[in-house]
Amino acid sequence: MPPRPTGQGLRAWGRWAWRTLTSMRTAVLLLLALALAAVPGSLLPQRGVAFDPGAVTRFVADNPVVGPWLDRLGFFEVYSSPWFAAIYLLLMVSMTGCVLPRAARLWRSTRAEPPRAPTNLARLDGHRRTTVAAERAQVLQAAASHLRARRFRVVVDDDSVRAEKGYLREAGNLVFHLSLLVLLFGVAIGSLFGFEGRVIVVEGASFTNTRLQYDEFTPGPLTDAEGLSPFSVTLDDFTARFETAGPQRGSARDFQADLTVLRTPGGAAEKVTVEVNHPLQVEGTKMFLTGHGYAPVVSVTDGRGQTVFSGPVVFVPFDGNLSSEGVIKVPDGQPTQLGFEGFFLPTASVDPAAGPRSLYPDLVDPQLLLTAYTGDLGLGDGAPQSVFRLDKTNLSQVMDGDEPFARALRPGESMTLPDGQGTLTFESVSRFANFQIAHDPGKELSLVAAVALLLGLTVSLAVRRRRVWVRVTAAAGGGGATVEAASYALTRREPVPGELSSLLAALPGAEPAGNGAAPHDRED
Amino acid sequence: MPTPTLLAELSDRLIYSAIAVYALAMLAYAYQAARRSRPAADDAPRLEPVAAGRHGAVLAPQSPASAAPPGIRDAAARRTERIAAALTTLAFVLHLAGVVARGLAAGRAPWGNMYEFTAAATLAATAAYLVFLRRQPVRDLGVWILALVTLCLGLAVTVLYTPAGDLVPALNSYWLVVHVAAAIIAGGVFTVGAAATGLYLLRRRADARDAGGQATRGYAGRLPAAATLERLAHTAHLFAFPVWTFAVLAGAIWAEDSWGRYWGWDPKETWAFITWVLYAAYLHAQSTAGWRGRKAGWLALAGYAAFWFNFVGVNLFITGLHSYAGV
Repeated sequence: MPPRPTGQGLRAWGRWAWRTLTSMRTAVLLLLALALAAVPGSLLPQRGVAFDPGAVTRFVADNPVVGPWLDRLGFFEVYSSPWFAAIYLLLMVSMTGCVLPRAARLWRSTRAEPPRAPTNLARLDGHRRTTVAAERAQVLQAAASHLRARRFRVVVDDDSVRAEKGYLREAGNLVFHLSLLVLLFGVAIGSLFGFEGRVIVVEGASFTNTRLQYDEFTPGPLTDAEGLSPFSVTLDDFTARFETAGPQRGSARDFQADLTVLRTPGGAAEKVTVEVNHPLQVEGTKMFLTGHGYAPVVSVTDGRGQTVFSGPVVFVPFDGNLSSEGVIKVPDGQPTQLGFEGFFLPTASVDPAAGPRSLYPDLVDPQLLLTAYTGDLGLGDGAPQSVFRLDKTNLSQVMDGDEPFARALRPGESMTLPDGQGTLTFESVSRFANFQIAHDPGKELSLVAAVALLLGLTVSLAVRRRRVWVRVTAAAGGGGATVEAASYALTRREPVPGELSSLLAALPGAEPAGNGAAPHDRED
Repeated sequence: MPTPTLLAELSDRLIYSAIAVYALAMLAYAYQAARRSRPAADDAPRLEPVAAGRHGAVLAPQSPASAAPPGIRDAAARRTERIAAALTTLAFVLHLAGVVARGLAAGRAPWGNMYEFTAAATLAATAAYLVFLRRQPVRDLGVWILALVTLCLGLAVTVLYTPAGDLVPALNSYWLVVHVAAAIIAGGVFTVGAAATGLYLLRRRADARDAGGQATRGYAGRLPAAATLERLAHTAHLFAFPVWTFAVLAGAIWAEDSWGRYWGWDPKETWAFITWVLYAAYLHAQSTAGWRGRKAGWLALAGYAAFWFNFVGVNLFITGLHSYAGV
């Protein structure tokens, strides 16, 4: 930490604060703080990171004392919380304040000559002294050209050569740090102007890229939600392949969604296959296949004998073998509305302990297990309601004697409710696909920043900046010269091993290699 | 071409053999370390010339024991060393063959689940150790690195074992090859860095206790000079850090291709970030007065701990998008 200011003035304190903030020590502390601050977000459920949107609510309900406090302190939105932002913004300011003056110094030093040789070269690392049978000027020239050939910046003085190399290191360092700023900028653009959404599409159904058609839509604060790229897709076919044997039987192996795409309304239809890791891209918007499941096709006739519902119903999978649960709502039923609740099992079995479970994710023995409800589905008052839950407030369960009415249906089979309240037919099985749709206008910038970051980092860690000095004095008694050479690392890494040896070996009149008068065999 | 089943079986046997040879190599290194730690008059002198660089001289006064001339070596110790190195190389070859056979059996890059990742990462750690061994006096790290490798491989074949097979569709990507391979290489070199840092901290403490000038006794006192260990650790981290950076960036590109966002603070991503930040803190601390040396060393160890937590803790205890990879 820089010494505290002695003066009383605000300027003095301001300068002290700025010097403290931009010091390396502060940077280390801020990095440490950033690492620690990132930890709770990985251990506590997070709002923005939801692959399980109910997790935060559940956690707060389970922990009524600490939960609300954690919420107030932003622990469920760590990465967008003010304290997390404070740390990384301070870090960025500290970094910029440290790096820009260094850029200025680099600019000056690239135009300056390497400094003069210290009086006493013997105090430096890897100092060597040898004698050669050649004239001083000749030796100096040879040393200079040897170093120039190795792309040192070289200045020849009366009795010595000074050389420096590795300016690229500092340049790489600058590129690395500045590209972190650019990366942050790219991330910011993406989260301000981009969006992320999810939608379920059943085979045969279509999706048009407008906000209303999304099941879930998360725009940024400045996203133009009305100006989405106006493409539409129809899911023609969905195929899934699973491991059929061995210990990993049932593991997913291939998913494929065959789509018909209209890139613009009224444009030409185009057949496209979307697979996991192979999204559909329309302009800047990408559509990813993230999951799939089954939608049993059912038709329902009500008490009057009229068909009041017909079509696929999405059942949500809850395990790896695609045991799925769901509800069927029939608001048009007369004399009473009908609701059904139950399971869809692609390969059905009933475990005495765990209940109905699927044994395999593909359609080997598909069954639909349902119970029925009559009464008011609660759709009339316009309050939003999950399509995957029945609001049972005004519903009563259909009974079969003392037991709840329940049936297991295979495709083609029907069940008729007692007292002629209605009939449900399980027609066939369709599949549905989950798509994630994302638009991130900042991602190209982020990618460029990431590449620059990596290049800058690699250069700054691989290049060693060092100086080499060679001093030549005429040997006492004439004939030949005494050569002293030494190098100095400007980074924490020692100079390149063997650099001085090869320099000395290249001098005119040098004795063959292996006979160095070198006290240090290696230069580390 | 042998059948996949045969290859998978071959791979398993090779890995088992590698574990056995690793254990022997570890014992050889341990024996050697124990011999040298004996505070007897006929102690073998220091086994490597101490490179007293500019930094070293500032950082750590060398104890007289470490300054002994490298001339005379205890022949027995040298033999043990050579045996240990030969055993390590043999185990490495078996291990490598095991990993390659696994890849051929599965018909893909052999790092698709925790078992395979452990096998490949420990292979990278041994490889990193052997590469360093050719150029630097790192044999004192041997016993620790081999202990870790043997332990991890042992756990891999018992707890984490998964038969060879195809992957879930999300992992069918060449980014898997690139991203995980970079993580594995970085992990291997970080292991060498962490072992060197651990020994550096031990040695440094021994040096501090030894300020009186008396020769340090015991294991820590017989380690290479603190400056040598620190430089070794620094070199390993300098190499591994950009590789880790690349692994994280490649992961982000893959995530963009697979989930539609390149960064989503998934627990795996978060811990990769934490690891990166801790190692970045280490590199900065190495050029900060007051942090260089001991505190920086602890930062590097914290980074290594975060790396391991990302692999073990996040895979086993935290649910996230990466949990599909399976145990």
